[in-house]
Amino acid sequence: MPHYTFLKFIWPSALAMLIFIALPIVSISIQSLFIEHEKILVTVENCTPFGCEEITKVDLEATEAQEAENPLGKYNGFGTYTNRNHLAFSELKQAWSESGGLNDFLTEVFNLPFYKALSFTLAYTFIVTPLVIIIGFFIALAVNRLPSFFKGPTIFICLLPMIITPLIGSLVLFWMIDAEGIIGSLLQIIFNDPNLSLKASPTLTWVMLFVYGVWHHAPFAFIVFYAGLQTIPRDTLESAMIDGANKWEQTRYVIIPHLMPLAVFISLIQLMDNFRVFEPIVGFNAQASATSLSWLIYNDFRSGDGDMLFGSAAATSILTIIGISVLMTPVIVRTWKANKPVIGAR
Amino acid sequence: MFFRTIIIAGAIGLLSTASHAGCGIDSGSVRIGGNDFPAYQAVAEAASQCAGGGATVSVDLNKDHKDRQVASLTANPAEFTSSLANNSALRVLMNDGLVRPLNNLVAKHASGLQDMQFVTVDGEVMAIAYMANAQHLFYRSDILDAAGVAPPKTYEEVLAAAKAIKDKGLMEYPIAGTYEGWNLGLEFINMYLGHGGEFFKSGSAEPAVNNAKGVATLNMMKSLTEYMNPDFLTYDSNAVQADWEAGKVALTNLWGSRAGPVTDGEGSTAEIESNTKFASAPTVAGGSRPATTLWWDGFTIATNISDEDAVATFKAMMNGITTQMALANAEKATWLIKGAKQNPAGVGVLASASGGALPYPMLPYFGAMHTAIGAEIIEFLQGNESAEKALEDVEAAYIAAATEKGFL
Repeated sequence: MPHYTFLKFIWPSALAMLIFIALPIVSISIQSLFIEHEKILVTVENCTPFGCEEITKVDLEATEAQEAENPLGKYNGFGTYTNRNHLAFSELKQAWSESGGLNDFLTEVFNLPFYKALSFTLAYTFIVTPLVIIIGFFIALAVNRLPSFFKGPTIFICLLPMIITPLIGSLVLFWMIDAEGIIGSLLQIIFNDPNLSLKASPTLTWVMLFVYGVWHHAPFAFIVFYAGLQTIPRDTLESAMIDGANKWEQTRYVIIPHLMPLAVFISLIQLMDNFRVFEPIVGFNAQASATSLSWLIYNDFRSGDGDMLFGSAAATSILTIIGISVLMTPVIVRTWKANKPVIGAR
Repeated sequence: MFFRTIIIAGAIGLLSTASHAGCGIDSGSVRIGGNDFPAYQAVAEAASQCAGGGATVSVDLNKDHKDRQVASLTANPAEFTSSLANNSALRVLMNDGLVRPLNNLVAKHASGLQDMQFVTVDGEVMAIAYMANAQHLFYRSDILDAAGVAPPKTYEEVLAAAKAIKDKGLMEYPIAGTYEGWNLGLEFINMYLGHGGEFFKSGSAEPAVNNAKGVATLNMMKSLTEYMNPDFLTYDSNAVQADWEAGKVALTNLWGSRAGPVTDGEGSTAEIESNTKFASAPTVAGGSRPATTLWWDGFTIATNISDEDAVATFKAMMNGITTQMALANAEKATWLIKGAKQNPAGVGVLASASGGALPYPMLPYFGAMHTAIGAEIIEFLQGNESAEKALEDVEAAYIAAATEKGFL
C-alpha cells in the first residue's frame, strides 16, 4: 500500500485515538502530579436549627487567589503515588523493619488500600482468565457436537450471561446468594450450616466474585472458540482419523493447535477486562471484603458528598495502566514473535 | 368517557390552581435539584406550583444527587438554581463557594420563617432549613415485652435486650444496623460522639481519633454486630428497612425519615407496624448525649445564576416550605416549619435533639475523616485486626486524603 493511501486510510482512527486515548492519558498523568492548594481556613460562627458553634470554613477569596495563580494546584511530584493510599513506600519500609516475619509483613502490606486492591485484582485476573478459556473451550466443543436443530437456541442461551449488563447480572446473583435466596439457602442445606453466609466471609466473597466473573465471561470465550471450530480443516481432521487418532487425540493434536491463536486473543482481551474488574464489586456490595484498582478510582470520586480526590484517582489510573502493560507484555511479545515470519514473507 | 371527563376536569383544576398559586413570580427559571425521598418530593412539588406566567419550574430529584451537586453548581449558569442540601452537602458546596448568601433575599422576600430555620455561617444565611433528621432507636414493643425487657435507653441495655431476645429464641439476629460503606463511617461518628469523643486536635485539622474513646466505640460496634445478620457489612438503610418490615429485627438505629415508611401500612404486616415504636437514640458508656448526629435539610441558592433567577427560585422555594405543605405531608418528615404539627413518627428525632445530640460536623475537612473511618474500620469488625490498629489506619488514611485536599 502506498504511504499516501495508508495515511488517508488511517487518519480518522489516528485522530480519534489521539483525542480519546492519548490526550486523556496525558491529562491524567499531569493531574496526578498535583494536589489541591493549601486551604486557608478561618474560624466563624455557624448557627443551625440545633444551635450555634464555632467552626472553621475555607476562606474562599484567599484560596481563589492561589488558584488563579496556579490553576492546576500545588505541584506534588510523585508524592501522591508514594503516599499511604497508593504505593505507600514509607509504610512498607516501616512494616519491613518492624515486622517479625514474612507473614507479619504481608499482613501489614495487605492492610494498605492499594495493595489490598491489587491483591484481589491480580487474583481475579489470574483465576478467572484461565477458567474462562478452559470452560469456554469445552462449551464450544459440546455445542459443536449438538444436532443442528438444537444449536441455535443453545448458543443463544449460552450467550445470555454476557448479554446481561454486568451490574444487573451481579445484582441478580447478589440476591440469589443471600442467606434467604435460592442459592444461599441451598448451600446452607447442603453444608448443613444454618449460619453459612457467602457475603460475610472475605474468602467466600472472593470465591463468589470469581464464580461470577467466570459465569459472565465464559460466553465470550465460547463464541470465539465456536467460530474457530467452524474453520477446522476437515482434511486434517480426516487424515488424523485415518491415522487412528481417537477423539481426545484429535482434540489435542488438531483442534487445540488450530485454536491456539484464538486462545491468545482471548487471554489478551480477558487480561485487560479482568484487570479492570469493577461492576461485580459494586453489584455485590462487596467492598468490605474485596476491592479492585478500578474500585479505588471510583471510591475517590464517590465517597463523601462530592469531595473528589482527582489527583489520587489520576495516580491510581496511571498505576492501573502500568499494571495492564506489564500483564500484557508477555502475550504481546508472543503474538509479535508468532507473526514476525509471516510479515517477513510478505 | 365518564372517567375521561373526570380526568380532564381534574387536570384543568390542577392547572388553574397552579397558575393561581400566587407565588408572585412572573419571570425567571427555577431549577430544583436534590436527593430523592418523600419529604423532598413534597417540597419540590409545592414549589413547582409556582410555574406559570413567565416563570418555569423544573424539578430533578435523584438518589445520587450528592455525587453530581458540585459539578452541576460549578457550571455557569448552574444546572440547578436551588440545590436541596443538608449539613454535609452545604459544607461541600461552601468549600467551593457554589451557594450564595441569602441575607438580601430573606430581607425582601421571606415571611413566616422561624429563627431556627436560618443556617448561618459567619452571619451570612447560607441555607433555609425545613426539616430535621437523625438516626434514632426503632424497637418492636411486642418482642421486647415477650423477652421481658423494657425499651433500652443505653447501648448497654440494647445489648442486654438483644441477648434476652436471642436467648428466648424470639429472633436469630435481633439488631440491625446500616454498616455499609458511607453509613458505616456515620455509625462510628454517632457512637464516638456518644462517647464524648473529639475527631481533631483542637483548632486544627490534625486527626485525633486514636484514643481510648475510639477503642471503646469500636468495641461497642463490634458487640452490636454479634447480634446482627452476618452480612451486616452489606446493609444500607434500604436493607435494614426491608428486614424491619419483614419482622426479622427488633432493634435498630435508623433514620427518622424511615419512621414514616415503616408505619405507612405498606410493605409490612399490621402486627409489625402497630408494634414499631420510636425513641431517642440510646446513650453509651454512661454518657448523657444520645449517640447520633442531627441533620437538617434545607434549600440553598446557587452562586452561578442570574439575580432574577435567584429571586424567582427563592420565592418558589418559600412556596415549597409553607405551613400548608407541612400539614399536608405531616407524616413524611420532622418539619421545622412554623405551624407544622408534630408527627407520631417524628418523636425519635425530637427526643434525640432534646437529649442534646450534636449536629453532624460542618468542618470543611470532615468528609475526608468520614471516608477514612468507613474504609478502615472494616477489618476490625471482621475480626482481622485490633481496634488500635484500625484507628491508626483511619488517621493515616485521613492524613493522606486531607493532604491532597490541601487541609494539612
